[in-house]
Order: sequence, then C-alpha cells, then structure tokens
Amino acid sequence: MGYNWNWGILLEKEPGATGTYLQYLIVGLGWSLATALAAWVIALVIGSLVGTLRTTPMPWVVRLGNLYVEIFRNIPLIVQMFLWFFVMPELLPQELGDWIKQMPPPWGSYIPAVLCLGIYTSVRIAEQVRAGIQSLPRGQGMAGTAMGLTAAQTYRYVILPQAFRIILPPITSEFMNVIKNSSVALTIGLLELTGRARAMQEFSFHVFEAFAAATVIYLLTNMVVVLGMRALEKKVRVPGLIAAGGTPMAGH
Amino acid sequence: MDSGFDFDVIQRSWGYLFREGMTFTVTLTLIAMTGGIVFGTLLAMMRLSAFKPLSWIAGAYVNLMRSVPLLLVIFWFFFLVPYIGAWILREPNPVKVGAWMSAVITFTMFEAAYYAEIMRAGIQSVARGQVWAGYALGLNYWQTMGKVVLPQAFRNMLPVLLTQTIILFQDTSLVYVISATDFLGAASKVANRDYRLVEMYTFVAVVYFVISYGLSTLVKRLQDRIAIVR
Repeated sequence: MGYNWNWGILLEKEPGATGTYLQYLIVGLGWSLATALAAWVIALVIGSLVGTLRTTPMPWVVRLGNLYVEIFRNIPLIVQMFLWFFVMPELLPQELGDWIKQMPPPWGSYIPAVLCLGIYTSVRIAEQVRAGIQSLPRGQGMAGTAMGLTAAQTYRYVILPQAFRIILPPITSEFMNVIKNSSVALTIGLLELTGRARAMQEFSFHVFEAFAAATVIYLLTNMVVVLGMRALEKKVRVPGLIAAGGTPMAGH
Repeated sequence: MDSGFDFDVIQRSWGYLFREGMTFTVTLTLIAMTGGIVFGTLLAMMRLSAFKPLSWIAGAYVNLMRSVPLLLVIFWFFFLVPYIGAWILREPNPVKVGAWMSAVITFTMFEAAYYAEIMRAGIQSVARGQVWAGYALGLNYWQTMGKVVLPQAFRNMLPVLLTQTIILFQDTSLVYVISATDFLGAASKVANRDYRLVEMYTFVAVVYFVISYGLSTLVKRLQDRIAIVR
C-alpha cells in the first residue's frame, strides 16, 4: 500500500497557528462535548416532560405528545439540522432571522446544532421515560392515590424516582448517542471533533492519522462516560429494586 | 422570504429527486440491510461462540463501530476503501472507488454491528433446550443454527430488525458528506442551484417523515400480530 505513515504529524503546527494538530482535535472534542451537554439539558427537560405527559390519562395531551415524538423521530437528523440552520431563520420575522444569520462563527452553527440535537434527543428520552413509567406495576400509582397524594405528587414522589432508576442504563447510551450525533453538526459548519479530523485531513493529507486520532478520542470519551454512569448507577441504586435487563432497542 | 413558498421548484425537479435520489437511497438501504443482517448474524454467532478469540474479535468490532459516529465511519471507509482495493487487486496505487460503492461498503459494515446486537439478543431468546434438542437429533452446529435456532431468532426479532432498517433508511442521508446523490443530496443540489433551500429541505423532511412514519406504523401492526401468536 502506498501510504506514508507519519504519526509525528499530530505534534506539528496546524495552519491556523492555534497549536498542534493534536490540540486542534482536542479543542474539537471540547466543541463536541459543549454541543452534546447543552443539547442533553434540553433533551432531559423536554424528554422527561413529554414522556411523563404521555402516561397521563388525558387523551389530547397524550395525542399531542405522540405527535411531537413522531415528527422528530421520523425525520433524519441531518435533515433536521438543515431545517434549523437554513429554513428556520427564513420563517422567523425578518429582523430576528437576519440577526440569527449574522451571528459570528461558531455561534451561528452552534446554537442551531444544540437546538436540533436537543429536540432530536428529547424524543428518544421521552420514549425511554414513558417505557420506564409503564414498566412499573400499576399498584404503585394506586397506592400513591390511596395515601392521599395528588396526581402530581404521585409522579414526583412515587413513580418518577423509580422510573428514572430503571431507565438509567438506556439513558447512558442516549448520552453517548448525543456525543456521536453532535458530529452531524459539521454539515452546518461546526468544527467539532469529526469536522476537525476531516479538516486536518484536508490540510495535511494525512487521512488515516487524523481519523485514527479522532477514533481513539471518541473511544476514550466513551469509556469515561460509561465509567461515570456506572458509578452514578451504583450511587442511586435502591436495594431490592433490580433494574430489568430490558429488550434490545434499535439504534444508531 | 418575500416571494412565498415556491412549489414549482419541487415539480420541476421531481423526476431527478425520485428517479436519481430516492432510487439511490432505497437501493442503498436494501443492500445494506441484506448485507448487514447477514454479517450481523455471523458476528452474533461469533460473539456467542465458545471459542474465546472469535468472541473477542466480534465483540471488539461491534463495540468499535458502536462507539464512533457514523459520519466518522463514512469518512474512514471513503478514504480507506481505495487502499484496501489496491491491496486486494495488488495495484500499486489506490483504486478509484465512487461514492456509491463506498457508501454500500460503509453502511453494510456499520449496520452489521447494530444488527449483530439485535441478532445476539434474538439467539439468546431461543430456549437452550432447542439447541440441545438439535444436537440430540444428530444435527451439527450449522444445521442446528440454520434449521432450529436462527429461524426462531429471526421471528422473535423481526420488529426490531425492521425498526433498525427504518433507522438505516434515515441514516443513509448522511452520505451527503461524501457528495453522493441520494435523496437529500439530490435535493440539496437543486436547492443550491435554484436558491430554494427552504422549499427543498422542507419537502425532503416531509417525504422522509411520510415514508418513515408509514413504515413504522406497519412495523407496529406486525408487532401486535406477532405478540398475539406468541
């Protein structure tokens, strides 16, 4: 194979003169994480809310929740990214739209990316939360009512604390998914890890070193997240309440 | 947006969008699904094998693929396949491989890891006694797998396999980054040529929604049917 390996390239200066290529990639990881974390907050808030509302006995609320989930689940992420980036500013009032379009980089792509990823992920969280709540025995809710708790109190003190513990493992993999999915933001110009690996390939022509470095960084991040979540799981575990193994979910 | 929504651009590019773009997307989905399920099943069998090295290799492959973003995998293969091709064909220089071939290989290899996890759960969902019964009848490993275990595993996992395929169908839109002319790629080319981004991307979103929602409704119906039988 006629490929010249040169791992030293990682320690050479990148053309933007902000440091070495390795630093350039690590800053990219920073952007991936900044995007993923901000999106994660949005996803958890909206996802928990929508997921919970879909288990209430109010049919129109459930229907509205289902509509939300179906819309954002059935459109590919990259298309949603384009909708937020290209389409949304055009549909807003002229002034607001222009203001968004003129935001300096990287904010002009960071903010749409966060909104897009946050809402995209919220749907997946909502599904998990709903499944978690529905996996509890019905008696739990009834016991809450029998003890004189209101519906809101039953959710707050009885149902949600158990449901969230049950869904913690799938939520972990959702967090990994947000980090991975943040790479799609490169299509709207956000220079996160994958985008920077691609850029490094274009500057230096060292394709495989760039991608290998990015791959290793992703693997390490993955490991840290898994370990962190395992520690969290241990901390919040309630003795006697064993989380079910769960059925495999399709994913990407 | 002072000119209003321009439906005309969709009408004008209809043929290009569907004959070129959607054909690419659907063909890629079907090939990657078939290849992915075949390789995925083999990976699952390897992973469940009693021969440890085989199990480790399959486990490492599956975990690697599941830990990195699909976009990075698309880039990897886009640049790697020409070198692999050169190595196989013993050519001195990297072989020219188009976006199409590269996409087919990428999605087959990537989805195999996801299908493998599903098939592993499927194989494990078949009662152990079934395997023992197979061996007791004098069947060998391949016969037991092919005639007893896998048919049941497929049946149990059919809804999940199909749901994964819907996700695959949506994910193929990421070939945009290697400038392939899939449905999104075709729409994006028209959008940029005619400066009709709002119309084209909205239209693309609607089409993907209708197809994915339709398919997932069908899968749900199938799931209910299977659930009653079992």
